[in-house]
Amino acid sequence: MFEGVAGIAKGLGSTLKVLFRKKTTIQYPEQKKPRSARYHGRHELRTYENGLEMCVGCELCQVACPAAAITVLAAENDPNHPHSPGERYGYKYQVDLLRCIFCGMCEEACPTDCLHLTQEFELANWSRESLKYQKDQLVNRSPSQFKVPMNVYPPFEGRKVVKA
Amino acid sequence: MTILFITLKALILAVGLMTAAAGELIMERKMLGYLQYRVGPNRVGPWGLLQPIADVVKMLFKEDIIPRDADKMVFRLAPMVTFFVALAAWAIIPIGPGMAMANVNAGLLVFLAIGSMGVYGVALGGWASQSKYTLLGSMRATAQMISYELAMGMALIGVILMAGSVKLDDIVAAQAGGMYRYFWLPQLIGFGVFIVAALAETARTPFDLPEAEAELVGGYHTEYAGMRFGLFFLGEIVHLLTMATLISLLYLGGWNGKGIFAALPPTVNLLIKVACMIFVFIWIRATWPRFRYDRLMAFGWKVMLPLAAVNLIGTAVYVALWAPKA
Repeated sequence: MFEGVAGIAKGLGSTLKVLFRKKTTIQYPEQKKPRSARYHGRHELRTYENGLEMCVGCELCQVACPAAAITVLAAENDPNHPHSPGERYGYKYQVDLLRCIFCGMCEEACPTDCLHLTQEFELANWSRESLKYQKDQLVNRSPSQFKVPMNVYPPFEGRKVVKA
Repeated sequence: MTILFITLKALILAVGLMTAAAGELIMERKMLGYLQYRVGPNRVGPWGLLQPIADVVKMLFKEDIIPRDADKMVFRLAPMVTFFVALAAWAIIPIGPGMAMANVNAGLLVFLAIGSMGVYGVALGGWASQSKYTLLGSMRATAQMISYELAMGMALIGVILMAGSVKLDDIVAAQAGGMYRYFWLPQLIGFGVFIVAALAETARTPFDLPEAEAELVGGYHTEYAGMRFGLFFLGEIVHLLTMATLISLLYLGGWNGKGIFAALPPTVNLLIKVACMIFVFIWIRATWPRFRYDRLMAFGWKVMLPLAAVNLIGTAVYVALWAPKA
């Protein structure tokens, strides 16, 4: 019987010890716990150093998405005012954050490393429509470190008209 | 005139108890948090001190749901019985020398009588809800409470024998003279039995199977919403305060103090002891797992009752043969 009493007394001791330790509570929202570097948060479309978008409108992210959250429409670049290096760019780019499961398959599928999942997770909003992020909400135009890769994009001077 | 006086005293007691219950509520949540490596509620006021007010306001605004098949009168009556009994038991408890509201000659017996009535609220509440969870919970709670009441009563008789009187004032006066003259030492077995029985009476961990959320959703108060649940809940807290105060009065010397504590007013002495007792109860709640119900009953009848009986016989022999004749 006494080993039973000793056992529960030891339990009381361990609880009492915790009373005097520093607590692990993080006072959200004043303090936030940092996320890991590869955290799957909100999507962003990155840009090159010279301001061109990295997105070439290949629609691979749309194909890879298991929840059909991404909608991409590609369009041809105007050679005088190109959006992206190469022939095509993402004309319409929509991510429905309510369908998205934040799995990161789209980030893996992007061939140009354009699509990136940031660490932003505080995405709550009041209406369903406002959570379908369009391209202007997703493109990240802040100065970046990415350079246009050499020998990847052939120079594009516009569609060649082939005379029969 | 005396009726007015009595009503005034009763009102002050009731208001004081409600405030104490609210204080116990926030103290319990904060202490449980601190004992579990986390901070308790700290958003509502400074250190969360206004949390009970927020809780009460929330409960008052909830919709009052009565199950369709419930016995309406009994359903409404049950929380009131629990609450009333919990408050009524405070009539004979003194918080200072001669400061009980009703200074009757049979103080402790009145407490036992009123305390036994508390079982009605639980039994009626569970039955009137017409639900399987509540029926099981209330039957278990009732059986548990009446089982441990026996052990508690026997431990109390040990104290009464040692003090030679049933009045709580006399029992406290008989414990004068320092920490080792308080009744916890000569009545060590009775002290342990009384603490365990008090935990079981108020259905607190480790004896809280009647209201264990994982097992019974809520036990006898599952179907109660809003302020009806609030009455059950407050009644339970007031019952806990009653037990803590009784333990302080009967076993820990009440308002007697020695050394630096002698300079404090006797009520403050008692309140310090009550606060320590409540801390011990919360500490136990944060630490120990729950008893399984059959083991709980076996423990009450096969361990607590014999221990209390041994304590009683030993005390009776001591008082009859060796104690100085009063």
